[in-house]
Amino acid sequence: MGESRQTTFSVWRGDHHDGGFEDYQTEITEGMVVLDAVHQIQAESAPDLACRWNCKAGKCGSCSAEVNGMPKLMCMTRLDTLDTTKPVTIEPMRSFPSVRDLVTDVSWNYRVKEKIKPFKPRKPDAEDGTWRMDQADVERVQEFRKCIECFLCQDVCHVLREHHKHGEFAGPRHFVYQAALDMHPLDVEERLEQVKDENGIGYCNITKCCTKVCPEHITITDNAIIPLKERVNDEFYDPITKLFKIFRAKRKKDRNE
Amino acid sequence: MGTPECITHEHEVLIIGAGGAGLRAAIEAASTGANVGVVCKSLLGKAHTVMAEGGIAASMGNVDDRDNWRVHFSDTMRGGQYLNNWRMAQLHAQQAADRVREIESWGALFDRTREGKILQRNFGGHKYPRLAHVGDRTGLEMIRTLQDHGIHQGIKFYMEYTVLELLMDGGKIAGAVGYDREKGRFHVWKAPAIVMATGGIGRAYKITSNSWEYTGDGHALAYRSGAELKDMEFVQFHPTGMVWPPSVRGILVTEGVRGEGGVLRNSEGRRFMFDDIPDLYKDQTATDPEEGWRYVTGDKEAQRPPELLTRDHVARCIVREIKEGRGSPHGGVYLDIAWIKEKMPKAEAHIQKKLPSMYHQFKQLAGVDITKDAMEVGPTTHYAMGGINVDGETQMSTVPGLFACGECAAGLHGANRLGGNSLSDLVVFGKLAGEHAVEWARANPSSTVDEGQVQDACRGALEPLERTTGESPYEIQSTLQEMMQEKVGIVRTESEMAEAVEAISSLKAKASNSSVPGNIEYNPGWHTAVDLPNLMVVSEAVARCGMDRKESRGAHFREDYPAKEESHAHHNTIVTLGSDGEMRVERRVIPDMPEELTSIIKEMG
Repeated sequence: MGESRQTTFSVWRGDHHDGGFEDYQTEITEGMVVLDAVHQIQAESAPDLACRWNCKAGKCGSCSAEVNGMPKLMCMTRLDTLDTTKPVTIEPMRSFPSVRDLVTDVSWNYRVKEKIKPFKPRKPDAEDGTWRMDQADVERVQEFRKCIECFLCQDVCHVLREHHKHGEFAGPRHFVYQAALDMHPLDVEERLEQVKDENGIGYCNITKCCTKVCPEHITITDNAIIPLKERVNDEFYDPITKLFKIFRAKRKKDRNE
Repeated sequence: MGTPECITHEHEVLIIGAGGAGLRAAIEAASTGANVGVVCKSLLGKAHTVMAEGGIAASMGNVDDRDNWRVHFSDTMRGGQYLNNWRMAQLHAQQAADRVREIESWGALFDRTREGKILQRNFGGHKYPRLAHVGDRTGLEMIRTLQDHGIHQGIKFYMEYTVLELLMDGGKIAGAVGYDREKGRFHVWKAPAIVMATGGIGRAYKITSNSWEYTGDGHALAYRSGAELKDMEFVQFHPTGMVWPPSVRGILVTEGVRGEGGVLRNSEGRRFMFDDIPDLYKDQTATDPEEGWRYVTGDKEAQRPPELLTRDHVARCIVREIKEGRGSPHGGVYLDIAWIKEKMPKAEAHIQKKLPSMYHQFKQLAGVDITKDAMEVGPTTHYAMGGINVDGETQMSTVPGLFACGECAAGLHGANRLGGNSLSDLVVFGKLAGEHAVEWARANPSSTVDEGQVQDACRGALEPLERTTGESPYEIQSTLQEMMQEKVGIVRTESEMAEAVEAISSLKAKASNSSVPGNIEYNPGWHTAVDLPNLMVVSEAVARCGMDRKESRGAHFREDYPAKEESHAHHNTIVTLGSDGEMRVERRVIPDMPEELTSIIKEMG
């Protein structure tokens, strides 16, 4: 290939008050990704075009945006996967308040995470204060620990995007985080009630949009959310367990009397 | 012009930078009950630590029980060509294992041995398998663990803030002044102790594995406040960066590929690394490919393949192959891991499991399946061994109250850093810096901020926005990057470095006259303009130190002085800001090592 040609990019410019799409022309060459085009536009015609980025290798999760309407990491989206005969649209993640241009205010995610009960390990196994773990147990959690916190799953989740349940629902990213803690071989903290009440896992109706957009290919719904939902159901809604609990509580009361 | 308004914050210890070193320093400082603030240029958890792939070096001896801190110390000194701060190399080797166990107790999950201990892998320059790792995403595991632990320690984080200047009270630290990216408001942090943990200087070069943040801010802030910089000539070019497609040039390809058995070949298919093995490593290197393979698969009697020689050497061999016309089509050489299918069943699954992010990176960005085809790789600017000169025990710089740790501090790595010694550097010296910063802050609680200095810094920062004429900061930055790549790159000469110093002086003038459109809210053009003077400081320091060291040692290779010289074997290069505003370079003799350490080096051969 090696050829280059002018392509039009429709980039959303604006802030939390208002904004709209502006067209920029730039030359694209083989192997370029969307973030390269944004950088080129900055250098050529819009020096103040705001965008977040860091590693440019899909490892830090900073450059999340919506490219032709799809939530993507700009650094990992090659232009040759898009139809560049038509204008390519680039806009910020729509589930978060706009800061400026492609930059959104994602601070809500950090606040939610801070409220999740932290990691609490069991007592060390060995006398030297260390633990023994099986590779298989470590591997089970790795999928969740791959998360780069790009928040694309939060962006696409309709509970947040359309229903704005930010106050009652933690979103897929934080269920992945809860699942990672829950399945951590050393962790002994109890967080199920938090998953149910504060994090509102019941709002998720398993549309699997989060899984589809995850750039790390984490099977968010099937491997993180559904098992957590099942555990919440077993713990809080299972009729037999519930009966058993009432009975046990009554017996305890009787004994105490 | 009016007087810019500032929002004032107060802390006992202010940490600048939230990569591994900054977070570890903050956690340590906060553990004493101190009031700690962390200022970082990006969002929390996005710093360059996430890019570290291979692992964290610590002589736990879980895979080979012959390993201990003395071997790690000796490997680090040999790799650094004995210009290291030996006290730091000693502390690092002694404490790294405890720091690794500590982050495990905070939730980090490393791959395991059969007995369930932390697994360790081979890496360049390390005598025994020493790197604790999680596939090829160890850095992410580490920064996320520190972040998730750190947010529960009562630390105040200032995300997407940039520091403009350190504030001084007489000769000592009083705080810092900076701005927030979102609104462009100015902020003053009053703090008697500051820990600098700002990372590297990679953005001074065109081909780099570093992101936009690594403009040498910590180096330049410290330098302007009177601190010494040390050994700035030593810039590590990682031998294996991606070379194609052009837009990804420089992105890192982990040394772990070679640790797992990957080999380097030229266009003739020859494993050229066998052609040039330095004397210092002859006894530790395999004599044929078969022995090399036995080594990477855990044979304790075998010596390491030459692909796992130190990074400076491997990078130069690659440059030689390319220069002499034996390179790959896009100007690199071949790195082949797919060949291991000749040696093991299910090699494809093994590669995907051991190197998952490399697999995805090549598949997605270059359309190459590394389980089937060779990668094209070439050197990329990766790491600054040099940095702020600190005391080995306390991590305090030559400015009272200013501490430094991680990449922006100098000393541990000498003339060349071993892979894996960076992640351990962050946690070992992050902890020490945090601890001693609190001690200092408690002993020297009061300092006064100089309002004049605050106003000067804010006004200076606003200038690019107020000018209507002047060059674009992007253009100045890219001119500098191309110039540094060409004249102060992997292979250097006196005349080219002198040209670089000249060029920097004219670019400095342009930078102080740059102009950006738009307003003050989240304006990347303005941010680039504000960072430019810092890039100029570090670029000039690299070129000037490089000219002064008239020999080739470690990462510093001079075509006009291709050999190591005894006359340069015992000193560090020190840079300071002269009273005339010019950069001064001097040589400082390295203090003698105590008997306890010299005997280790003798014993290890």
